[in-house]
Amino acid sequence: MSVEQLTADPDLEASARTPLWKRLAGDPQAVITGAILTVIVLVGFLGPFFWTHDPNAADLNYANALPGDPNRPLGGDQNGRDILARLLASTQTSIIAGLIGVIVALLVGVTAGLVGGYLGSKTSAVTEWLFNLVMTFPGILLLILLMPVTGGDYRVTMVIYGVLLSPAIFRIVRGLVIATKGELFVDAARVSGLTDTRILARHILAVIRGPIIVASAFLVGTAIGVQAGLAFLGVGSSAVPSFGSMVSEGFTNLYLRPMQFLWPSITLGLITACLILFGNALRDALEGGQKNVGGRKSRRPASSARPLEPIPSEENALLVVRDLQIGYPASDGTVRPVVKGVNFTLNKGEILGLVGESGSGKSQTAFSILKLLPAEAVILGGSVWFDGINLLEASERDMQKIRGRRIGYIPQEPMSNLDPSYRVGAQLVKSVRATTGVDRKEAKARVMELLERVGIANPERVYRSYPFQISGGMAQRVLIAGAVASRPALLIADEPTTALDVTVQAEILDLLRDLQKDLDLAIILVTHNFGVVADICERIAVMKDGRIVETGEAVDVFDNPASAYTKSLLAAILDESTVRADRPAALAQKQE
Amino acid sequence: MITYVLRRLGAGIILAVLVTFITYLLLAPSFEKIVRSILGTAATDANVAGRMQKLGYDRPVGVQYLDWLGGVFKGDFGRSLFTSELVGPAVTQRLGVTLSIVLPALAITVLLSIALGVIAAVRGGTIDKISQGVSLIGMLVPSLLLAIVLVLIFAVTLRWLPATGYAAPSSNFDGYLRTAAIPIFVLLIGGVANMAAQVRGAMIGELRKDYVRTLRARGMKNTTVVMQHALRNAVGPAVTVLGLEFLAMLGGALFIEKVFALPGFGTYAFSAALRGDVPVVMGITGFTVLLTVTINLLADLVNGWLNPKARLQ
Repeated sequence: MSVEQLTADPDLEASARTPLWKRLAGDPQAVITGAILTVIVLVGFLGPFFWTHDPNAADLNYANALPGDPNRPLGGDQNGRDILARLLASTQTSIIAGLIGVIVALLVGVTAGLVGGYLGSKTSAVTEWLFNLVMTFPGILLLILLMPVTGGDYRVTMVIYGVLLSPAIFRIVRGLVIATKGELFVDAARVSGLTDTRILARHILAVIRGPIIVASAFLVGTAIGVQAGLAFLGVGSSAVPSFGSMVSEGFTNLYLRPMQFLWPSITLGLITACLILFGNALRDALEGGQKNVGGRKSRRPASSARPLEPIPSEENALLVVRDLQIGYPASDGTVRPVVKGVNFTLNKGEILGLVGESGSGKSQTAFSILKLLPAEAVILGGSVWFDGINLLEASERDMQKIRGRRIGYIPQEPMSNLDPSYRVGAQLVKSVRATTGVDRKEAKARVMELLERVGIANPERVYRSYPFQISGGMAQRVLIAGAVASRPALLIADEPTTALDVTVQAEILDLLRDLQKDLDLAIILVTHNFGVVADICERIAVMKDGRIVETGEAVDVFDNPASAYTKSLLAAILDESTVRADRPAALAQKQE
Repeated sequence: MITYVLRRLGAGIILAVLVTFITYLLLAPSFEKIVRSILGTAATDANVAGRMQKLGYDRPVGVQYLDWLGGVFKGDFGRSLFTSELVGPAVTQRLGVTLSIVLPALAITVLLSIALGVIAAVRGGTIDKISQGVSLIGMLVPSLLLAIVLVLIFAVTLRWLPATGYAAPSSNFDGYLRTAAIPIFVLLIGGVANMAAQVRGAMIGELRKDYVRTLRARGMKNTTVVMQHALRNAVGPAVTVLGLEFLAMLGGALFIEKVFALPGFGTYAFSAALRGDVPVVMGITGFTVLLTVTINLLADLVNGWLNPKARLQ
């Protein structure tokens, strides 16, 4: 049993997309700290088999012996006991203390947290109450008070301390479970007929494991520290070697033999520090690691000669994408391209459907126009010309002026794209003010007008609502209002109807069509759904594996698909007859 | 909202009663041993029985506890078995000393943790590594060792600050600063190490959420999105941690006060527990529980206030 147990947990590995150990192996912090911890654990447990000196055997011949003596390689303490043997034994004591503490805390805290967070309000109230009871116990004081009960045995003390630590885990788990419970994927799981136990096991454990593992690393450290601290104060049996008692003895002897104080301090510090760093590395590995949010560091090859490229001067063109290439760093250090040279042109007031399966690179293409790619994305080459500016070369400051004002964005999932803490109106007012600089009153008037414009029947009520108080369709209208608030010339809609009911889908598409006419918007509609495309788009670009395989007028593509891939996609939708069996509206109009 | 507060307060009081009752139950079996140690080895069984009766320890435990509880509701925590000192005023006075260390440490912890956690999450790279390094230092050196090392450097070697002792901030502020500086620093290092990591984690989680991208897509400044939206949502979990951190600092004070010989709550509790001074131990337990209940209630209220869903329901 060791700290490594945490990483070897099969459940953690099974649910991660890339095996956890593989990602950990690529992180020097995890490798180094993991290795140090492993060595410490091995030395602590195997060392006494090779160095068989009794850590408690006092021999006044070796009192305060200097390091280097064959019988006292690290010297002797003031009673002549062997410091090396005592260090080995103390290491063991610490590790056992830490593990007992964290295992008890995890067993109690996770179980109760899952039960308390997931099950009905009655169970939840009872568990919460119980844990408040536990937490309200003055922990370290209790450990001291219970000395007669524990008989000074540090293992019993640590079991009690584990229970005292469990509220920390309980609170984290319960909080996350309650937050997760409301999330859509859990609802989805429940609706699709999964039992509560399976939902707990699969979905919720996947969400809570990261924070728990980080907390555990901290808690092992805490338990080790408290055990040492109690021994320092003199709580516990003196027959059990411990860093705490070694530090306390070394402290009294500090001027004579500073090493007596340093040995246990350094070992103790090393163990705690490695635990924390390993925990951090683990967290980063589990959750994809630290990502820089800002677009401040878009790396790209130095050899790009784009500035020399003439600005495409196609007449009427609003947006010209040339040879766009985007990649993501792979675990082996190379950059794996996901968008491999995309070209297209969008005219003013035109609606282009960017169609493809998930993973085809269509969303990456769309986000690169806003320069809101994830921080780890690498732009490998190409250019995105908008209004005579190459957006890929634009600074973050310039992009701030373009986003919202010139290019709007409608996201896919309405609920997660609203800040849960602010009222709908307040969020929109903030965005309006950020882009236009008008005062609060004017911004509010503008927002109310927008809400009405996007077809919200009771704008005053929605304005005052929090996101959780409105429906998905309503939220999507709010997001559309936010996207067109500053009258952009181009709207990027990323699967704007995918998360909605079919009836609401049609309404939202109608709204987009209306807005497009009113504001003379150009729209890039990213979707996997040919039905949506047929409904609204004038032109189509079909993407596959990071490339555009076919582009043309919607009518032509539907009637006469050139690429085999488009044909297969079209065949698929016709088979499913998902949206409508009659001839798509846009096509019908064009034909007439 | 008011009924919610009252309900939580009621639950808190019930908790406090239960905790003190359990503590009393745990202590009860050793009463005779304690009385014997007070009277000394020369005492006969009759002497011990007489003193037990005088202290009321011969009655059923439930009655003894109710007697204690009744006194508490009247503000009477009894007297120390060893010094005859009134427990109530003694505990509050000691608690004042501890809080004069813990509260400043907590306040500085909050400010530093938010700053470090946010910067680390937003910037990543070198700054993240540095702030993790600060966290590391806090974690690397267990507070006990840090306390000892700082005493050695600033008190023993440089003689800038006194190694031990205490002055109340109300009577001698300069003296308070000089004696409390190292203890506060030691406590806040541990606090920052823990809290900054939590803030960083919560911020990274928030910054990856969809709404952050959407707000940026509307042309909002990155700093505005980070400070007013992501941080606002990341604060909730941090408040819970803060409540726990406060209690952890109270626990940590037990060790720190011992090193600095501060006349605080921890030193008082430790000596009372070792001697088996029942009224003092009970008084300390009672005060600690009430303090914890209050802190938790505050953390819950702040969390509820921060989360509109909880606030409105």
